[in-house]
Amino acid sequence: MSRIGQTFTVLKAQNKKALIPFITAGDPGKGMTVPLMHALAEAGADIIELGVPFSDPMADGPVIQRASERALANKVGLKDVLAMVAEFRKTNDKTPVVLMGYANPVEHMGYEKFAQEAKAAGVDGVLTVDIPPEESLGVADVFVAHGLDPIFLLSPTTPESRVAKVAEKARGFVYYVSLKGVTGAGHLDVEEVASKIAMIRSHCSLPVGVGFGIRDAETAQRMAGFADAVVVGSRIVNEIENSPENEVVNRTRTLVQELRRGVDAAMK
Amino acid sequence: MNLNDLPDSRGHFGPYGGIFVAETLMAALEELRVEYEKAKADPAFMAEFEYELKHYVGRPSPVYHARRLSEAYGGAQIYLKREDLNHTGAHKINNTIGQALLARRMGKKRVIAETGAGQHGVASATVAARYGMECVVYMGAEDVARQAPNVYRMKLLGATVVPVSSGSKTLKDALNEAMRDWVTNVESTFYILGTAAGPHPYPMLVRDFQCVIGRECIAQMPELTGRQPDVVIACVGGGSNAIGIFHPYLAHPQVKLIGVEAGGSGIASGKHAAPLSAGTPGVLHGFRSYLMQDENGQIIETHSVSAGLDYPGVGPEHSWLKDAHKAEYVAINDDEALDAFADLCKFEGIIPALESSHAVAQAKKLAPTMKKDQIILVNLSGRGDKDINTVAKLSGITL
Repeated sequence: MSRIGQTFTVLKAQNKKALIPFITAGDPGKGMTVPLMHALAEAGADIIELGVPFSDPMADGPVIQRASERALANKVGLKDVLAMVAEFRKTNDKTPVVLMGYANPVEHMGYEKFAQEAKAAGVDGVLTVDIPPEESLGVADVFVAHGLDPIFLLSPTTPESRVAKVAEKARGFVYYVSLKGVTGAGHLDVEEVASKIAMIRSHCSLPVGVGFGIRDAETAQRMAGFADAVVVGSRIVNEIENSPENEVVNRTRTLVQELRRGVDAAMK
Repeated sequence: MNLNDLPDSRGHFGPYGGIFVAETLMAALEELRVEYEKAKADPAFMAEFEYELKHYVGRPSPVYHARRLSEAYGGAQIYLKREDLNHTGAHKINNTIGQALLARRMGKKRVIAETGAGQHGVASATVAARYGMECVVYMGAEDVARQAPNVYRMKLLGATVVPVSSGSKTLKDALNEAMRDWVTNVESTFYILGTAAGPHPYPMLVRDFQCVIGRECIAQMPELTGRQPDVVIACVGGGSNAIGIFHPYLAHPQVKLIGVEAGGSGIASGKHAAPLSAGTPGVLHGFRSYLMQDENGQIIETHSVSAGLDYPGVGPEHSWLKDAHKAEYVAINDDEALDAFADLCKFEGIIPALESSHAVAQAKKLAPTMKKDQIILVNLSGRGDKDINTVAKLSGITL
């Protein structure tokens, strides 16, 4: 079983839900990412989602766009991101790491080569936002063959007839995009998310994570009431953006601890 | 393989094209694909499209024998397909009418568009006014500054123009922002994509709507000259005017097809917008095609005097035509395009768009190598009124 699968199994046995914080690799500085990853793990992250910077992040709102631009200004590319994961793995072999990004940097490296190097670095799952299952044309199979979990998105506009098809290609967990919009948007309808997740569960046995638009411990708590995992991205990246450099790690840790309490409160 | 069978059912032209988008857009693209298939098979839809092209756009656009230009270039006879004479001054309107009719058929009351030079934005604002729809146009902040007359035109036509300040502040960033709007408002909104690019079915449907250009030429050239041309030349940014004239000519393999990319300050300088000439395949904006990218797969900034060609990708069918050697792609530098712009003003009394001037410049290179009884057909995709500020500025003149 993959590290992601094990994590969900252990959490289930403990009657807990997963917290998945997101940061963009290389933001705010090249040397900050590994310390931030350790801080996320210490603060209660069950899985870490690490954004691979891309010049044209079409699915992201302004907060994560700016993080991507800062990382690119720091000259952080996919190879650097893999090196960061390898560095993180030297002292943490427990917390799964999922890379989230866009097709082109991976395609440019070559899917086979990327899968090999990502596995060797200690990456556990890969979410390429703009490669839907139909287009993955063997990409998902390459990832699986190298022991990486391909993570796929489901959205409010995904018809029920498509859910099983997506779930069939997915490993680790499926990621339900909780609103129509880009990351960090602000019009989340909790009731609607709950009913969609019930529908997804009837076609998919994998754990279901929810993300996009979750900004505070209270929303995290409500989402954790029916989802298996809660992904928080823009809120954390926003904290990183607004912190002086010497406080970035501490403030991020405090925020994630707060989100952790929210997620845990759902199960009490 | 029969070219008319491309793309396949999922939008692939060989390895190019496809549907590389986030999950939220998958259902909308499927809805569009299904609706377009129905519309294409509906004689009433096609009749209305043709009626609008004739009575609103003013088609067919003429083919014109540029005698003085041909004489000056000293070789082959140059003919111009006058898309600049269309309503709104470019070929873009052929596509926006088609897509607006689709939007109406699908019950969408709000349309969005991206624009570079502003021609597609104007064409979108025009059809939105024509059919009574709300229109939002995304335009890179840099393009807003260098295409002020078109920005004002869009506003006069009732559209909201949103300047995009992310990334390189040009067409690619406008496209990103339009996609983000669409993801957010996917149920109420129709995205009028301006070129034969983007996720399936856009490259196919934009091509189909633009093929009127080539079909007319195939009828007009024998009337004028007794035969088809030896060479057809068109400029290529995203590639919609080029695919519109090339695609019907693919059935005439004796006709050589040449696409002209923006060479900017020269390919060797790295400051250009010529992915087919100097790029490598990759995935951007929902499809796989040749791209301008760095060693990390990041999209690099493009440079061209012409805002409409200032795009790091190219429609997937062009990538396929290049690899299949069905068309040839070359690059023309800014200064060569500006010379051709001046030539056409001087010898023919036609102010061409800077985009189209790239195609004229290629004819200038090629004509002297050909015989006087040979024929070059240039797709003059747009008029240059929008570019007079740019050209004046380069000549040190403030208007």
